[in-house]
Amino acid sequence: MLNLDFSFLTTEVLSGYVVKGFFFSLELTLIAMLGGIVLGTLLALMRLSARPWLVMPAAAYVNTMRSIPLVMVILWFFLLIPLVTGRPLGAEMSAIITFTLFEAAYYSEIMRAGIQSIPRGQVAAGYAIGMTYGQTMRIVVLPQAFRNMLPVLLTQTIILFQDTSLVYAIGAYDMLKGFEIVGKNFNRPVETYLVAAVLYFIISFSLSTLVKQLQSRIAIVR
Amino acid sequence: MIEINNISKWYGQFQVLTDCSTMINKGEVVVVCGPSGSGKSTLIKCVNGLEPFQQGDVTVNGISVGAAKTNLPKLRSHVGMVFQHFELFPHMTITDNLVIGQTKVLGRSRDEAMERGLKLLDRVGLKSQAAKFPGQLSGGQQQRVAIARALAMDPICMLFDEPTSALDPEMINEVLDVMVELATEGMTMMVVTHEMGFARKVAHRVIFMDQGRIVEDATKDDFFGTPRSERAQLFLSKILSH
Repeated sequence: MLNLDFSFLTTEVLSGYVVKGFFFSLELTLIAMLGGIVLGTLLALMRLSARPWLVMPAAAYVNTMRSIPLVMVILWFFLLIPLVTGRPLGAEMSAIITFTLFEAAYYSEIMRAGIQSIPRGQVAAGYAIGMTYGQTMRIVVLPQAFRNMLPVLLTQTIILFQDTSLVYAIGAYDMLKGFEIVGKNFNRPVETYLVAAVLYFIISFSLSTLVKQLQSRIAIVR
Repeated sequence: MIEINNISKWYGQFQVLTDCSTMINKGEVVVVCGPSGSGKSTLIKCVNGLEPFQQGDVTVNGISVGAAKTNLPKLRSHVGMVFQHFELFPHMTITDNLVIGQTKVLGRSRDEAMERGLKLLDRVGLKSQAAKFPGQLSGGQQQRVAIARALAMDPICMLFDEPTSALDPEMINEVLDVMVELATEGMTMMVVTHEMGFARKVAHRVIFMDQGRIVEDATKDDFFGTPRSERAQLFLSKILSH
């Protein structure tokens, strides 16, 4: 039978090892979310444009990113950058850039669906009062698309938060890494990984509950 | 004011407009009617360049809509347009709907734009709705706001693309009343509609379209008195007989 003992997981131990990692996981999630949504929106606009020279690179980028496992992108980016630039980027910085670039592909598909969900007449109405393409997108289409897609964007962010644990591959210090160190130091890997799993569950589950509540509140009345 | 010269338009192989020409003078109200699919909505959207066309040209106030060097956004900012489905911006209040074009396109200050917008809202009888969102208004009310939004840009002419055909019958008149008032004030108007009562009351000319062609372009009296084409006679007898 399992002989579990959690007594070593004191507040001091947690704040000493795990909190630092938690904040990096949080930082990584937030930056990759914001950067990914901005970049993803640009990619979506490129894919929806009528110009093949904009559509093709954006489509190629999105399809490539979505067809490669994240952990490989993390590894390759971490290994390739020093080869190209001549100096290492550091695991944390490398992770932030990789996640932003990777998530952009997923956010772009969400934003593309969001933009397509806005009736064409809205675009015509923006143009008809003299707005440029940029103004019509910024003022009329994207705010509505973003609002329609907010629950899906946040759900993707919850997945992103869970995926941040993959930075173990390049040794960045995230929440899971914090637990891993504790587990090694106290020779209690089973207990620490259990607690880590419970913590990921609590955070992700409460966030998705929040998203569900948000969903009913923000719908635009047409 | 608006000159349409021999325009033709194709969707792929399908020709939607064939050699359409007409002219709308300053202060003139022209009603465009015809069976559905006759190309009347497409024609009116060519006037402000919302629909591209492959042949011919449209000029508004002397400026060519089809020319590559034309600043279309600028041209459109002087040409008001009202849509079948209102197309108010649902994520903005009524006030913001009236203000946004004035501030972002014309560069007016928010205060100036608010004053102009609320004055027009009052004119269409909806001053009390300023803080609401479009979804909280009835169709007729939304269409009146849409007219006010177009007027807020101080347009030199107004285009109406079936402004009452998405409305419940009891709301049609409140919208037509606003349009009649505009017409009697001398606004240049091109109106795609089946409301023949409106045409009789304020139109100077009536254009009848069928299968992408302008079949009849006549003064109101001629059109309702003795339409020349058989197709127009048939159309009129169908929509006026009950």
